[in-house]
Amino acid sequence: MAEKKSIRVAYGEALVKLGAENEKVVVLDADLAQATMTKDFKAAYPGRFYDCGIAEANMVDMAAGMSTMGLIPFCSTFAVFAGRSYDQIRNGVCYPKFNVKFGFSHAGITLGEDGGSHMAVEDIALMRVLPGMTVFVPSDANECYQCVEAAAKIEGPVYIRTARLPSPVYDPRPFEVGKGTVIEDGSDLVIFTCGIMLEHTLEAISVLKAKGLKPALVSFHTLKPFDEALALHYAQKCGKVFTVEEHSVIGGLGDAVASTLCGRGSFTFRKIGIQDSFGQSGKPADLLVEYGLTGAQIAQTVLESI
Amino acid sequence: MDIQAMKDVCRQVRRDIIVMTNKAGAGHPGGSLSCTEALVALYFDVMRGIDPEDDKNPNRDRFVLSKGHAAPALYGTLCERGYFGREEFDHFRQLHGILQGHPDVKKCPGVDASTGSLGQGISIAVGMALGAKHIGSDVHVYTIIGDGESDEGLVWEASMAAAHYKLDNLTVIFDHNGMQIDGTNDQVMSLGDPAEKFRAFGYDIVEVQDGNDLEQVLAALHTPACPGKPRLIHLHTLKGKGVSYMEGQVGWHGKAPNDEQTAQALKELEG
Repeated sequence: MAEKKSIRVAYGEALVKLGAENEKVVVLDADLAQATMTKDFKAAYPGRFYDCGIAEANMVDMAAGMSTMGLIPFCSTFAVFAGRSYDQIRNGVCYPKFNVKFGFSHAGITLGEDGGSHMAVEDIALMRVLPGMTVFVPSDANECYQCVEAAAKIEGPVYIRTARLPSPVYDPRPFEVGKGTVIEDGSDLVIFTCGIMLEHTLEAISVLKAKGLKPALVSFHTLKPFDEALALHYAQKCGKVFTVEEHSVIGGLGDAVASTLCGRGSFTFRKIGIQDSFGQSGKPADLLVEYGLTGAQIAQTVLESI
Repeated sequence: MDIQAMKDVCRQVRRDIIVMTNKAGAGHPGGSLSCTEALVALYFDVMRGIDPEDDKNPNRDRFVLSKGHAAPALYGTLCERGYFGREEFDHFRQLHGILQGHPDVKKCPGVDASTGSLGQGISIAVGMALGAKHIGSDVHVYTIIGDGESDEGLVWEASMAAAHYKLDNLTVIFDHNGMQIDGTNDQVMSLGDPAEKFRAFGYDIVEVQDGNDLEQVLAALHTPACPGKPRLIHLHTLKGKGVSYMEGQVGWHGKAPNDEQTAQALKELEG
């Protein structure tokens, strides 16, 4: 088993490193620094950390204002509050194309026990639809470091979706904004994934290979701009296309792939993810089973479809 | 600029508001006419570093029109201050115009924040003031908010933060004309005593009995800041001020005058 680390922990570490390199970086949080892991930045640079209290909307617009003074604000809270502060993200930041970053954590159902009220299964959809927004969904700690570093270099709004639970840390891979990563080459079918579902799709790939198939696996750390060329290439090469995400099948990775492929050929296509429902309380492992997102279940769904 | 010349500018801005909204056949004259003195005072006297030739000067004081629907008043003021020519009024609210229905920082010179979604401007202004302090700048940030706008919870979230961070480089101008879209404040959502509410949130309060009296507005804006506190200037204003048939009329919140009404308004606003 590879080393495990929560992507949110990596986010906190990446901010500290970035803080040392770039004095324009400031961090805002909405009374969740212990959870989003911005507490590390707060400890390292107390004069550059601003707690906004439990007021996410105000945090986002304050960051918008701070960005106009030449600062690079990173806002952090739970991903579910992307909805609560959406008008501020839209009108306060994206509409004027202000230089604000959002590192939102505890996304998806693996948030676990807190339950459906706190499980963001729609944040990627909300962020993808905003003009000018870059959307990152890192699949492990190393990719999160790369996303944070890249976010600071992008002039404009960036959303980084991070997860609560520890997940495997893979060897660092070459990183380019807007480019997908081929994890496994193959020709019989392709699975596209993002975020922590990489771990589970890798398990699915093992199962499929054991059945004598040659599956391809492509992971996307950037959902916007989306690497349409790579998605199209593998879809045309394999013909059978599956998307796996810890997000609603509406508006997320699945729909990014679907809109890429629409009108460009005939494919077997299936979106695996949260099937238009809210989450619920439970142990993360049990929730993955409940929503059909374990490696074995993903493999089973693929096998039933081909 | 002497006081009489500034009063002439106020009159001209009011004419601009009428001309602009008439040409567009849309816009918000009522709440533009109520905050005209405040805008002219800011851009012609109070704010430092204002220069149409250098509208990105980082040391300039900042202004955010939080009640973004009063854009015609801002556009009139910016035009009279020399940021763009009067010909832009022909394109107010029109395709490809720089004068969008609500202020757009990407399109209009002199605009520091895109506003229109109410409550957001004051929050952005708080961030600007905090950012100015963070970088050690003595930039002062001004924002005009509406009374109806203060129905928005974000106004109060922002106010808590302004007091918490001791933003004495922030001046919030409260345009209290008493009316919003569907009626008076009290009919739509009672404001109670707004000055006491803002005081309780930690502001230093400056009362202005007649917010359409330029001398009173200037005196208030030149009141020294109270160290460690954001300042709220409570302007008691008249919606539709300067145009007889618009004054105190809820119906002129978001309606443009027709040609006949425009002619009458411009006659009333002659020097």
